[in-house]
Amino acid sequence: MNIISLISTVLAGIFFFIIYFRLFNFILDYIIKYKIISHRYENSIRSIIFIAPAFLVLFTFILFPVFETIRLSFYDKFGREFIGFENYLWAIKDNEFRRSILNNLGWLLIVPTLSTFFGLVIANLTDRIWWGTIAKSIIFMPMAISFVGAGVIWKFIYDYRGIDDQQIGLLNAIVVSFGLEPQAWLTIPIWNNLFLMAIMIWIQTGLALVIFSAALRGIPKETLEAARIDGASEFRIFWSIIIPFLEQTILVIWTIITILVLKVFDIIYAMTNGQWQTEVLANLMYDWMFRGGGDSGRGSVLAFCIMIGVIPILAWNLYRHRNEQST
Amino acid sequence: MSEINIKKINKYYGSNHIIKDVSLDIKSQSFTVLVGPSGCGKSTILRMIAGLEDINSGTIAIDGTVVNDLAPKQRNIAMVFQSYALYPHMTVFNNMAFGLKLEKRSKDEIEERVHEAAKILQIEDYLQRKPKQLSGGQRQRVAIGRAITRKPKVFLFDEPLSNLDAALRVQMRVELAKLHDQLDATMIYVTHDQTEAMTMADEIVVLDQGIISQSGGPMQLYNNPSNLFVGGFIGSPKMNFINTKILSSNSKGTKVDLFGSSDIVIPKTSKTSSSGDQVTLGVRPEHLLVNKKSSSSWESKVFVVEKLGSGTFLYLEKEGEPLVVETEGDSKIKVGDSVKVGFDPDKCHLFDSSNNSFT
Ligand SMILES: Nc1ncnc2c1ncn2[C@@H]1O[C@H](COP(=O)(O)OP(=O)(O)OP(=O)(O)O)[C@@H](O)[C@H]1O
Ligand SMILES: [Mg+2]
Repeated sequence: MNIISLISTVLAGIFFFIIYFRLFNFILDYIIKYKIISHRYENSIRSIIFIAPAFLVLFTFILFPVFETIRLSFYDKFGREFIGFENYLWAIKDNEFRRSILNNLGWLLIVPTLSTFFGLVIANLTDRIWWGTIAKSIIFMPMAISFVGAGVIWKFIYDYRGIDDQQIGLLNAIVVSFGLEPQAWLTIPIWNNLFLMAIMIWIQTGLALVIFSAALRGIPKETLEAARIDGASEFRIFWSIIIPFLEQTILVIWTIITILVLKVFDIIYAMTNGQWQTEVLANLMYDWMFRGGGDSGRGSVLAFCIMIGVIPILAWNLYRHRNEQST
Repeated sequence: MSEINIKKINKYYGSNHIIKDVSLDIKSQSFTVLVGPSGCGKSTILRMIAGLEDINSGTIAIDGTVVNDLAPKQRNIAMVFQSYALYPHMTVFNNMAFGLKLEKRSKDEIEERVHEAAKILQIEDYLQRKPKQLSGGQRQRVAIGRAITRKPKVFLFDEPLSNLDAALRVQMRVELAKLHDQLDATMIYVTHDQTEAMTMADEIVVLDQGIISQSGGPMQLYNNPSNLFVGGFIGSPKMNFINTKILSSNSKGTKVDLFGSSDIVIPKTSKTSSSGDQVTLGVRPEHLLVNKKSSSSWESKVFVVEKLGSGTFLYLEKEGEPLVVETEGDSKIKVGDSVKVGFDPDKCHLFDSSNNSFT
């Protein structure tokens, strides 16, 4: 029964949109034909007709929740009473909030930079060896794994057993084989953040690598050869020719990963659950929203902070995109 | 001083034998042009000289030093690519200065050399522009400028003018010839345009499927092609070829059949051919005479008339053999007319069944 109603809903939806587009298209053609509206507006009106449904859907499912979140951030934990800026004042004074902001900043600085850097360097190196494609596939593989899955894999690397037990964590096994003390890596503050970031870098390098490999193909072979004849070393060619050539791609990848990192949640949730000072905004938000009865006010403040973080990056991206089109 | 000696070089791509035992001596300060149809291996030879392509066997020596194992930058050469291959994010100035910066020249010297080159090429006004803000011809000049600032011993040009329009091509041709006089460098120039080859070269090397078909001065190749391929390749429009056979021969010349209706004695001989052999008679369009008195002539119908102003090309047919004839520019001949065609036996070529020329 359920399946049948699902299918009929989908069909009705499709049917509705077909009717919608046909009808409005027809009306517009009619209007234009009898010169009710000048021909000049035809294109812009037609694009409005076609964009409107998508825009409405986006508006309902993205913009509406945004406004709702902002509204809730001014209300109490049950979303009933208006309490002004109280939730915000709480956040500013809260230690965990500050720690999260710092951690987020650390993630933002380190992960996109290193992923882009590794992706670029590896893309370049794998282009020169016969087993490059195999190497690339292996490095890309983590992209296919969910963040939680990645967390499980990396648990085996950072795992710590009591000092007398056999160490099954890869890192500790190495440390012990050098005759050093095994460590509970994920509990060492500050450093444990870096260990968590390593996971994200491990995943995102694959993405950067694939996109850079494709972009590298776009560099004319003769330009590189000209540089070689001009006397440039391989490193110089990389630095003075390849990097400027890939500038746009580097920026795109860097932004993609930055936005992704701003929302980082799963890895921390799976590995430390924010303990030992590894808290980031998304995890803190989750904690306040859904744990211990939930506090929609404070949760919304945190969600709002994440959104504020994304906006400048998106705005800058749009600005750059427009500039690119105009040149 | 910078002569180039190529000895029996070979190049394979996988199992494809691309360059076959090519040997070539290029004199210091000469202008050598490599010509040949597309895919014959011109670029490959140039790239092997530049060091961009490995040599499978044989040696290349520049100034007496074997350079097989030297990197491009150690060979003191510069190359101009067909696609210009400018550095897109650098200004024209930096494009031209890049090589000098890598040589760690002083700022003043770089300034001076770039401006000097820019002056020769008349691109001084564009030095602060990026390549994409230039026209094709300007880009081409920047590419040449990039080559000359480094003052190399040897210049390699790979079809540098093929992307330009006809007028610009003629202009650049003259500029390159001037440049060659000014710079005293050895230049090797690849093209498949035989006009460029004829006008610019001291020495033309005609390549055919990876082997040197003939090399020599432009007029030598024009007047005495050593085989059918060179005969057909040099000259525009192409030399006319007429299939025929030897009627008789003696030490003074060879008598061949002409369309089954008459015969002609060509003052050329070959030791390997005798009466009855199939041969090809070659005669250039500009050596065929229209409506003029000559020893052997015949009537032909005109199919196409191409007026170029300076001359007129008539496309004819005789006994299934297509013929092109050049006549004067103000000719009144129209399509459908019958014309009387004849020729001077001294200007004819004969090629035997293995395509070698009679001498
Ligand atoms: N990287 C390559 N791998 C395999 N075959 C190649 C490669 N480069 C060139 N070839 C082959 O070598 C032959 C000679 O190529 P080359 O580029 O020297 O021709 P060319 O004479 O410069 O022709 P064009 O006038 O079209 O530039 C061609 O048949 C081409 O298919
Ligand atoms: Mg070529």
